[in-house]
Amino acid sequence: MRSPFGRFLLRRLGLSLLTLWLVSVVVFLGAQVLPGDPGRAVLGPLADARAVAALNREIGADRPPVEIYVSWVGGMLQGDLGQSYAYRAPVAPFVGDAMLKSLKLVGMIFVIVVPLGVGAGVVAALNVGKPIDRIISVASLSLTVIPEFVSAIALILVFAVILRWLPLSASWPAGAGPLTQLEHLILPALPLVIVLFGYIARMARAGTVEALSSDYTRTAVLKGLPWRTVLTRHVLRNALVPTITVIAAQTGYALGGLVVVETLFRYQGIGNLVLSAAKAKDFAMLQAGILAIGAFFIVATLIADCITVMLNPRLRAELGR
Amino acid sequence: MSAAAETTTADGNAAKTPAARKERTTLAILLRSPAFLVGAAIVLFWAFCAAFAPYFVPYDPLADDLLNTLAPPSAEHWFGTDQIGRDVFSRVLVGARDILTIAPLATLLGTTVGTAVGLVMGYFGGWVDAIIGRLIEVLLSLPLIIVALMVLVALGPSTPTVVVVVGLVFTPLVARTVRAAVLSERHLDYVPAAAVRGENALHVMFVEILPNIWPPIIVEATVRLGYAIFTIASLSFLGFGVQPPSPDWGLAIAENYGVLVGGFWWTVVPATVATASLVVGVNLVAEGLQRAVAE
Amino acid sequence: MSRTSTISPDAAEASPALELDDLSVAYTVRGRDLPVLANVSLTIARGEAYGLVGESGSGKSTVALALQRVLPANGRICGGYARVAGKDVAELGAAELRRMRAKDVAMVFQDPGKALNPSLTVGRQMAEVFEILGSSGSEARKRGEEMLGRVRISDPARVMASFPHQLSGGMQQRVVIAMALAKDPALLILDEPTTGLDATIEAEVLDLVDTLRQEFGAAVLFISHNLAAVASLCNRVGVLYAGKLVEEGPARELFSDPRHPYTAGLLRCLPRAGFKGGAALDNIPGFPPPPGSITSGCVFAPRCGLVQDRCRIDEPPLYEVGNGRGSRCHFHDRVDDLPRMSEAPPVNTPERGPEVEPVLKLEHLSKTYTLPGNRKVQALRDVSLTLDPGETLGLVGESGSGKSTLANLVLGLAEHDEGGRIDLDGKPIPADVHARPREAVKAIQIVFQNPDSALNRAHTVKHLIGRAVEKLAGIAGKQRDSRVRHLLEAVRLTPRQLPAKPRQLSGGMKQRVAVARAFAADPRVIVCDEPTSALDVSVQSAILNLLSELQAERQVSYILISHDLGVVRHLSDRIAVMYLGRLMEIGPARSVIEGPHHPYTEALLSAAPTVTGERGARIRLEGQIPSPIDPPSGCVFNTRCPRKFAKICETEEPPFVLDDEGHAIRCHLPREKLGRGRKMEGVAVGEAGA
Repeated sequence: MRSPFGRFLLRRLGLSLLTLWLVSVVVFLGAQVLPGDPGRAVLGPLADARAVAALNREIGADRPPVEIYVSWVGGMLQGDLGQSYAYRAPVAPFVGDAMLKSLKLVGMIFVIVVPLGVGAGVVAALNVGKPIDRIISVASLSLTVIPEFVSAIALILVFAVILRWLPLSASWPAGAGPLTQLEHLILPALPLVIVLFGYIARMARAGTVEALSSDYTRTAVLKGLPWRTVLTRHVLRNALVPTITVIAAQTGYALGGLVVVETLFRYQGIGNLVLSAAKAKDFAMLQAGILAIGAFFIVATLIADCITVMLNPRLRAELGR
Repeated sequence: MSAAAETTTADGNAAKTPAARKERTTLAILLRSPAFLVGAAIVLFWAFCAAFAPYFVPYDPLADDLLNTLAPPSAEHWFGTDQIGRDVFSRVLVGARDILTIAPLATLLGTTVGTAVGLVMGYFGGWVDAIIGRLIEVLLSLPLIIVALMVLVALGPSTPTVVVVVGLVFTPLVARTVRAAVLSERHLDYVPAAAVRGENALHVMFVEILPNIWPPIIVEATVRLGYAIFTIASLSFLGFGVQPPSPDWGLAIAENYGVLVGGFWWTVVPATVATASLVVGVNLVAEGLQRAVAE
Repeated sequence: MSRTSTISPDAAEASPALELDDLSVAYTVRGRDLPVLANVSLTIARGEAYGLVGESGSGKSTVALALQRVLPANGRICGGYARVAGKDVAELGAAELRRMRAKDVAMVFQDPGKALNPSLTVGRQMAEVFEILGSSGSEARKRGEEMLGRVRISDPARVMASFPHQLSGGMQQRVVIAMALAKDPALLILDEPTTGLDATIEAEVLDLVDTLRQEFGAAVLFISHNLAAVASLCNRVGVLYAGKLVEEGPARELFSDPRHPYTAGLLRCLPRAGFKGGAALDNIPGFPPPPGSITSGCVFAPRCGLVQDRCRIDEPPLYEVGNGRGSRCHFHDRVDDLPRMSEAPPVNTPERGPEVEPVLKLEHLSKTYTLPGNRKVQALRDVSLTLDPGETLGLVGESGSGKSTLANLVLGLAEHDEGGRIDLDGKPIPADVHARPREAVKAIQIVFQNPDSALNRAHTVKHLIGRAVEKLAGIAGKQRDSRVRHLLEAVRLTPRQLPAKPRQLSGGMKQRVAVARAFAADPRVIVCDEPTSALDVSVQSAILNLLSELQAERQVSYILISHDLGVVRHLSDRIAVMYLGRLMEIGPARSVIEGPHHPYTEALLSAAPTVTGERGARIRLEGQIPSPIDPPSGCVFNTRCPRKFAKICETEEPPFVLDDEGHAIRCHLPREKLGRGRKMEGVAVGEAGA
């Protein structure tokens, strides 16, 4: 069993690296080549041509694109993500710090939303067609499409402005304990919880409905097994494996939503970093930030794929071939 | 002759009814679904506002009134005024205009290109599918909003750019759905049946397969429309979508949420409710279609 | 084990295994109750095997679901009783119901691959059955393993540790049967248990069920559309039509002397004894009525050849027609007078001989596919054969034998390997259909197995046939439209069907459209790929007759692929037998079937059950079909061959030479030592149709 899985891991890892490389090309094209003349983009149309040229030289944009790319990738391999134009400092520490903060927020989000979403989906599936199913279905469907800034406004209004239960800002005072940190993170986490809840609940419901109507479930019922055993042993196991992939795919989505949420709640995470860099036209910072997000997503799907394969004997056997 | 007997007893009414019934029921299911009706009503309301609101709103949505800023709701200004005294009620109704132009156009673009790409992937399979599939995976490993942001920073935000960028970021998603639909058709025998009379790939893709995968494409397009609204509103909120002085909702929220803590909720809440109602409305329509198609 | 093979006296005294008393079941569809079963009464004694036959939509599977209370949410028992081992299932509480399912009744469904949980090992799923009955974990596993041994699985320990997808279809079905019999049920329900399995595997499963039934003393309810399979296994048979039990009686008598016109009609639809040009098939005109549409009189009246006014008014009761037999027909004593419902089609006899140029000549066709990892599979190896004008060549073999690959190569849907050659009317044609001239494309056409798949559901009949005419015959406009009308007439459809889409047509009509399309532009060769196996028996015969008729009219040649030896024998002039991508035998139909023939042919023939209830000398194949990736050395059949006699079988591929009759057998055994078949005409019991 071990060696096929090892081979799968190796292949999957190679694929991830390939994806990561392609992502770096895309990011490079988007952040470096597409703007055409970064110096001009930064300084604006009225700036002096000599100043533009000087700036381009300073940030290294006067070289051919391939050369810039090679030196960028070369630098990254040595842990150098480039120089920020806005801060006149290496980008890496900023990205690292922001990523760490965002991970705390993402962790918070998933701790809340996974049990909630899966639970609601399973409950809906067990009551197909009944009012509770309709309520969960319509709710998950509607909540999924509400932009984070819309629900965030509503949450701020209710919990921070009217009820004053939760702090408005996501940033905690320096040296705050974990509990205080948690308290500050709840409000920023909720808009994304709302969006992701729908995805996860719907996937869990669909998987469970399919498993419930399967022949093997009917076989289990006709064996005379108690319903609880049928459910836990035969239905849920098969039903929830696909949900794992969805959850992983949604981590990537969550990182996108962070741009909005972190801006709204003034939280110095990766989303905020990317947006500020975009506004400041700090291309080195922008591309490093985006690449970090891409890398995070790639790792998340990699882990999800491994879990899926481990839980699914059929896939596991196919690896052996 | 026996066979003749089979047909004569069978055609006419008996043979026609199932299909006729099916067509009727698709519509009937839609009209009987309260969720779909509510959704359709909301969407129609905002579409109407987008088209005609400028002709009947009480105030010019762009006219400021610096003597009457942040006025609370009153008989004169139903939803109050914003930081530079513009009438919030008028702005909300007219604010539907930009989003309801950009989002459908972006959806159309994404659906068209995505359908073509998906057809090619599903039909040809093999290395064509593998290469495009890899590219799609790369694009999808970056959150849509980030890709859009990146390109908009580079090219500068403008309405056509937003349409193209959002349309193109949706292309891989549509392509993936269409590809899956094509794959489930691909193994049906009408595909080799077309080949044995010498049909070429274009004919098989567009004349044989495409008519059979309309339902999932339409459902996908409605779902995408909801997310287009979502994405464009978010971009506007971040400052990379619709540009001032448009009364666009996302923009209005971005401009005013700073004063929320001061208690001036009316500057933000109407646009929030409007955005939420529109996306939910579109989504209910999409869900209704999906159910009707599935039945 | 303490269980004995005989039925204990008190069990025999006890209530019957199953008793249906006036059972009616309805499904609620859009607020309307549609009766699916109406007043069905039947009794299955302990240890008895009862076959329930009927075409699709007759309600036969509903019986199984109703008596275990697993009807779909919109279905309910709306009248009568179902008693399993004396217990009224409708009255049981949740716990009693569970106990009934755990002990008294077991069911085997059609698709064993789906009936097993994909993410649990077979061992886990086997053990469950015993745990419910109170065994501890390790004991349950031990008994599970024993049980697998009892269904003749040679390596139970390995199977216990396997996941379902690691087992072959036949093995999966054994596991399901083991799980069902493990609880020693009073009643075992088999719902189409062998549909989708290869003939040799089907025979194995049926044999197994037959043996185990006697070992365990369980009553069997065998639900099937396959009359022959039912005949071979069951003591008594009930015939279900449109939710009603129209005839019942001992299997042999019922099939040899049917007392209901529906049963008689069905039997006449079956291609049985005889070769091409022998007894013609009849058919049953019309369709089964939709549920609830017939409210007075006999449900079969609209399609019955004996119908009288009375039949449309009075519903016939179940008349006693002697010795435990019943028939719901007012005129059950006149069933022998049932007129033929269709004319016998003309039969084409192709000219043969050295002066006749074959329409199609295949030389050394091979097809190698490359799998990921650069592994090669030879799906077809060195096949050479000819096809004369107006001739039908039957192609038989189990799945994976290369039949479909051969068809695809002929059609140009796949390209044969270098070194092969396809000649059409004496001229070589390119391998790829897209490279072939139009003359060659239109000359070779196909009728697929399943018209639902082969007809594009987005297009109308007019477009479906019209496009083929346009593309193949190269004509358009008025001319095309009139050709389409001619074609429709030729397949007995009318212009009224032109604007219809496939889903508006019945299965038989759809297949007619597919046939019309294949004939769009004077084809020379038509590949018929299982042309009737997706159809009900009564529709099947009409399509077969149509094919015969068109052949006689147009001198077209058929390559007929079918797993149904009856169909092949009925239509073919010559038969080719394939195994693992090789031709094992080819020759005139009669020589191949009556022998001497290849041991594999012999096994295939002996696997096919007949309605007369006899399966010939039971030659059963051991083991599974080997993987084509790594075929056995020497004779590819040697790993399963019951006649393997020497080392040479493993080392040398046998020669393949045509004799004077045009008969070749790929076997090292000399002709005189090869097996012979039953003389077909001899045993033609119940040739009522002739």
